[in-house]
Amino acid sequence: MEQIEYDYPSRRKVSRKAHVGVVGSGDLEVLLEPAEGESSHVFIRTSVDGFRDTWKAVLDRFFAKYDGVVRIEINDAGATPGSVLLRLEQAVEVSEQ
Amino acid sequence: MSHDRDNASFINRQSFIELDARERAKSLFDVGASRELLGPFDRVESPWLSMQGVTPQADDGCVVMKGKISGQAAVVVALEGAFQGGSMGEVSGAKLTAALDLACADNEKGIPTSAVMLLETGGVRLQEANLGLAAIAEIMASILALRKHAPVISVTAGPVGCFGGMSLAAGLSSYVVLTREARLGLNGPEVIEQESGVDEFDSSDRALIWAIHGGEQRYATGLADALVGDDTQEVADAIRRFIAKGVPPVHRSEQVALYRSRIAALDTSRQWEPRDLRATWGTSGSVGEKR
Repeated sequence: MEQIEYDYPSRRKVSRKAHVGVVGSGDLEVLLEPAEGESSHVFIRTSVDGFRDTWKAVLDRFFAKYDGVVRIEINDAGATPGSVLLRLEQAVEVSEQ
Repeated sequence: MSHDRDNASFINRQSFIELDARERAKSLFDVGASRELLGPFDRVESPWLSMQGVTPQADDGCVVMKGKISGQAAVVVALEGAFQGGSMGEVSGAKLTAALDLACADNEKGIPTSAVMLLETGGVRLQEANLGLAAIAEIMASILALRKHAPVISVTAGPVGCFGGMSLAAGLSSYVVLTREARLGLNGPEVIEQESGVDEFDSSDRALIWAIHGGEQRYATGLADALVGDDTQEVADAIRRFIAKGVPPVHRSEQVALYRSRIAALDTSRQWEPRDLRATWGTSGSVGEKR
């Protein structure tokens, strides 16, 4: 298992938290919570080691579109980059409902 | 045309099996009458999994919801089969036990509170070994204490089934609800094959496994009280019926003499087919209603 952390500059306040997904094979769990300050923190625990660059690429793409001061926690059980992005977008959708 | 009607009801049903643990639990309560206890944001997760390189889940695969079913207080505990096979660890076991104990305490205070366990589990979480075993012993003690006051209903819908120590928890329940997709048994097919060889039990033979462990067979041999379709409404209706029935006069697990005599009368010199067992054991011993 590998732990990875990233910070991204953010500005917009977010009011609601969201929890989506499950730590099942090929899937992941996303916990998204409002945070304080001017950056978002992402904390990842993944069962598959050695994909740090891929995680960075997926999160770069996500934060290129999304602005919200949040703390995101990801518990991953080997999801593909596409599944990760979909779960992140689902978390945003739930938090904006 | 009845076919059209059948098709429409099949298409319009809401599958229970396809729901995750949280959605399953929520679907059983009266609308807007439930809240989750120790949810994912409380982050009460297993401290043991990450030490062993296994990604934990924020709720440890155990969802506890309190609320009202048919206007009466109830707690629903749902195990997430997709996370580590729904296995019971220290934390998930403690959540289930505490939920049952709090329901028991409420009953003793004069607030009738039933419990529903949604069991999709392979039993003890091997990574947590003795702590998982201890948890299952506590769960069984808590079921025995609670079922004197209020019905404890277990539901296994599939696809994981209910095996290992948690099949004992199902066995102690006041009522057992299964679907055709469910499997219920002490040793899972892979375990039996590993211990006794592929000639004894071929764990890749799905027809054989469901003929023995499957919900239909368990119901037909009196080891379950209701066989329902993969339909959220049907599951919820069965639970409401059993809550309305209350505590059964005699629990299945109290009928020791009945089950001993069944096993004693079984001629083990020949191979029994699942359908022979149905004919021999019938549905006597079931405490619930028949459909």
